[in-house]
Amino acid sequence: MEEVKVYGVWASPYSQKVIWALKLKGVKFDYIEEDLHNKSQKLLQYNPVYKKIPVLVHGEKPVAESVVILDYIEETWPENPLLPKDAYERAVARFWIQFGQEKSPTFHAFFRTAGEQQEKAVKEALEVLKILEEKGLGDKKFFGGNNIGLVDISFGWLAHWLEGMEEVVGIKLMEPSTLPRLHKWIKNFKEVPVIQENLPDPEKLLAYFKVLREKFVRDLPSNDQ
Amino acid sequence: MADEVILLNFCPSVFGMRIRIALAEKGIEYEYREEDLKNKSPLLLKMNPVHKKIPVLIHNGKPVCESLIAVEYIDEVWKEKAPILPSDPYQRAQARFWADYVDKKVYAAARNVWATKGEEQEAAKKEFIEILKVLEGELGDKPYFGGETFGLTDISLIGYYCWFYAYETFGNFSIESECPKLIAWAKRCMEKESVSKSLADPHTVYDFVLGVKKRLGLE
Repeated sequence: MEEVKVYGVWASPYSQKVIWALKLKGVKFDYIEEDLHNKSQKLLQYNPVYKKIPVLVHGEKPVAESVVILDYIEETWPENPLLPKDAYERAVARFWIQFGQEKSPTFHAFFRTAGEQQEKAVKEALEVLKILEEKGLGDKKFFGGNNIGLVDISFGWLAHWLEGMEEVVGIKLMEPSTLPRLHKWIKNFKEVPVIQENLPDPEKLLAYFKVLREKFVRDLPSNDQ
Repeated sequence: MADEVILLNFCPSVFGMRIRIALAEKGIEYEYREEDLKNKSPLLLKMNPVHKKIPVLIHNGKPVCESLIAVEYIDEVWKEKAPILPSDPYQRAQARFWADYVDKKVYAAARNVWATKGEEQEAAKKEFIEILKVLEGELGDKPYFGGETFGLTDISLIGYYCWFYAYETFGNFSIESECPKLIAWAKRCMEKESVSKSLADPHTVYDFVLGVKKRLGLE
């Protein structure tokens, strides 16, 4: 069997998605931690277009972009499927994955800005979460139905990274009273053994977010602070 | 039971063109409905409640939103003819990576070319050409992005070709002089009926962009 390598960064939910998918399928792989301030030659060689993590390398063949990587994993190792068999349901799953990708700038703005800009981002983020809960999750246990799938994995950052961001910024988005089903989903998601055993240390993550947040606020134009 | 296929679209949309090309490649009969974006139909709002945008493919009453997702759906459902994605997972990943690159980069860069002026426009043109050159590099000497056959990446990009006239006119530059191989690729694609019948007329696109510029006060 060909060797599988994952280039990632401990704090990134994007590389964590790839790790979760591989572990859920029982695929063995080597993990290489990158230093984003000093990217390895291998990373630059494997992802010349974006020079970013995560990158999955199978044999010597690199796959970049987490959404593309997840599809590749699903198609290469079809056991323990993470996407529905039905073409229509698969299209719906992909829709929600793309929705998550499209809305990430809103959450970036939530974390990186202050004042009016942040207020706008908070309002948008709450709308996004409401849509996600009502139309994406509905009354299902997981986005994937009874078991987790690629959509759950794509939104995994909400289950672990968001709370650190909220604490550092001092604003809570994921209130149990306003988003009860998403709240329950977070609990169910984190109870899945593969997820539970593969989350970055929350204290370390919080410290990391604090440093990041200080930097972002410092770099804001003065009238936005 | 016969399939009922409807496409909700807006003629100049490059995203709608992708779905039209995929449907044509597979020889699927469908009902085409042009939307008035200033007065969206109840059907559109019902079928795409999250984004309220075109294009929407409706198959036997069920909506598929987002153009590349719809193209993959078409490929999976009507799989007997004209495959759009290769069968090998690694090649599929490459096709999806480059279609995603087109989505991430081309639209925004192109919009900046026609929506700005002066120095801002010069910078926008430079960025736009750089992106096209990356794509040209990926194409290399292959007839299509996927190799010998027309596929997902080609479909993701070719719709922009009918917008080139508008970009070049508003930006006062020649894309062909900067990216001749890409233009050669585009002309090759246009020889396919599925493409030539799905792309909008460049003058229609130009008039549309002119109208948008006027409305937004961007002249």
